[in-house]
Amino acid sequence: MSETVQRRIKATELNTKFKYEITKRPGGEKLLQCFQCGTCTAGCPISRFNDVYRPKQIIRMIQLGLKERVLNKDSGLIWLCSYCYLCEERCPKDVKFPEVITILRNIAVEAGNIHPSLAKLVALVAEQGRIYDVDDFINMRRKRLGLPPLSTDKSEWSEFTQFLRLKK
Amino acid sequence: MSRYAFFLGCTAPVRTMNYELSTRRVAEKLGIELVDFPFTCCGFPIEPINQDSAIMMSMRNLALAESKGLDIVTLCSACAGTLTRFNKILREDKKSRTNLANNLSRGLEYRGSVKVKHFVRMLYEDIGIPKLKGMISKNLKGLKLLTHYGCHYIRPSEIYNGFDYPEAPHTLDELVEITGAESLDFPQRDMCCGAALLAIDKNITLTMAESKLQMAKAAGADALVVICPFCGISYDMGQLEIEIEFHRKYNLPVLYYPQLLGLAMGLHPKDLALMMNNVKVQKILDKVLM
Repeated sequence: MSETVQRRIKATELNTKFKYEITKRPGGEKLLQCFQCGTCTAGCPISRFNDVYRPKQIIRMIQLGLKERVLNKDSGLIWLCSYCYLCEERCPKDVKFPEVITILRNIAVEAGNIHPSLAKLVALVAEQGRIYDVDDFINMRRKRLGLPPLSTDKSEWSEFTQFLRLKK
Repeated sequence: MSRYAFFLGCTAPVRTMNYELSTRRVAEKLGIELVDFPFTCCGFPIEPINQDSAIMMSMRNLALAESKGLDIVTLCSACAGTLTRFNKILREDKKSRTNLANNLSRGLEYRGSVKVKHFVRMLYEDIGIPKLKGMISKNLKGLKLLTHYGCHYIRPSEIYNGFDYPEAPHTLDELVEITGAESLDFPQRDMCCGAALLAIDKNITLTMAESKLQMAKAAGADALVVICPFCGISYDMGQLEIEIEFHRKYNLPVLYYPQLLGLAMGLHPKDLALMMNNVKVQKILDKVLM
């Protein structure tokens, strides 16, 4: 995994337009402001427990145009953010890194590279309106506790989830 | 009497019914009416796939609450964060609102009037410490607790308009201390529970969650206090797995804040579904109810 991210850079793999794919989307505007101070990585809980995931490095890779490497399916780099927002709170240049991660994920999905776990989740939301399958068993347990049943009437949101399917 | 649209989210009503039940019972006792709606998912898990779809989901939920003239309270920190963040976008960016509104069905529209709050923030701001203090009938003195704020309860701070401090929050600690229990100070309070990575890399989730359990043990805590179903899943439901994985015993009870407040207000443990907590809470009950 680390070899995919950290191997030597060749000029031919640089996609200099890649950074603008990020900056033109809402939330990515300040990406080029980053001057690599590393505050984001220093406070990142994932970086603490994972050998490869480094927010500062991801930003630099985008700035350089290492599109393939950032979005690499095997490294799975872009799926590791937990959205704790510490980096965003601390960034002296107001780079919204969690938003950048969302944009990267959106770009990957548009290219057909959705993380398999997320694909299941989206299918559930489109079908059920929520990330869990609500069945009679759950509503029975709820009833026993004195909790109101959860709606299982799909017509409540079918028109809406149709929108989700179209966008997928 | 205050009334709110009750946003259950996906996880609480299915996996942490103890959190939901204790919240409802505490609200009843405080004279807060929580109104149920056919809400869907807030949109948070959809955002990585397509941000517009996620905003749409939030918009539909916000529009439903608006149609009855109610503000929203949530159980989940991520729901609070997502609905608040998209609410801000929808209010400030009229263009995206108009574009997305075309997709809202059945006469629903969203004019931007709904306020979104986490249930605990609502307690702190709308009910207030003095009134809550007056409802305490059982002093929980002697209990040492460690608070864990779900990240999205306070961050990103730009959407919360100055509510609490993003890296040194205090509202939950104040709410814990009105019960008479002690809220412990400890390093790295802002450590995320890691639940967001459960489906991506479970090992990271377990390691992150364990680091907080270690801290709690070192600080001498009797229990963790959480206010988000995902944090509950990480620390309470995940604790046995962490113990097996890392060959260490924690046996650290995890309480949802309404369970703690409910105990201090004299509610019966059964009404707070304390028997549903994964890590047994009997030693806490022995300590405070004797």
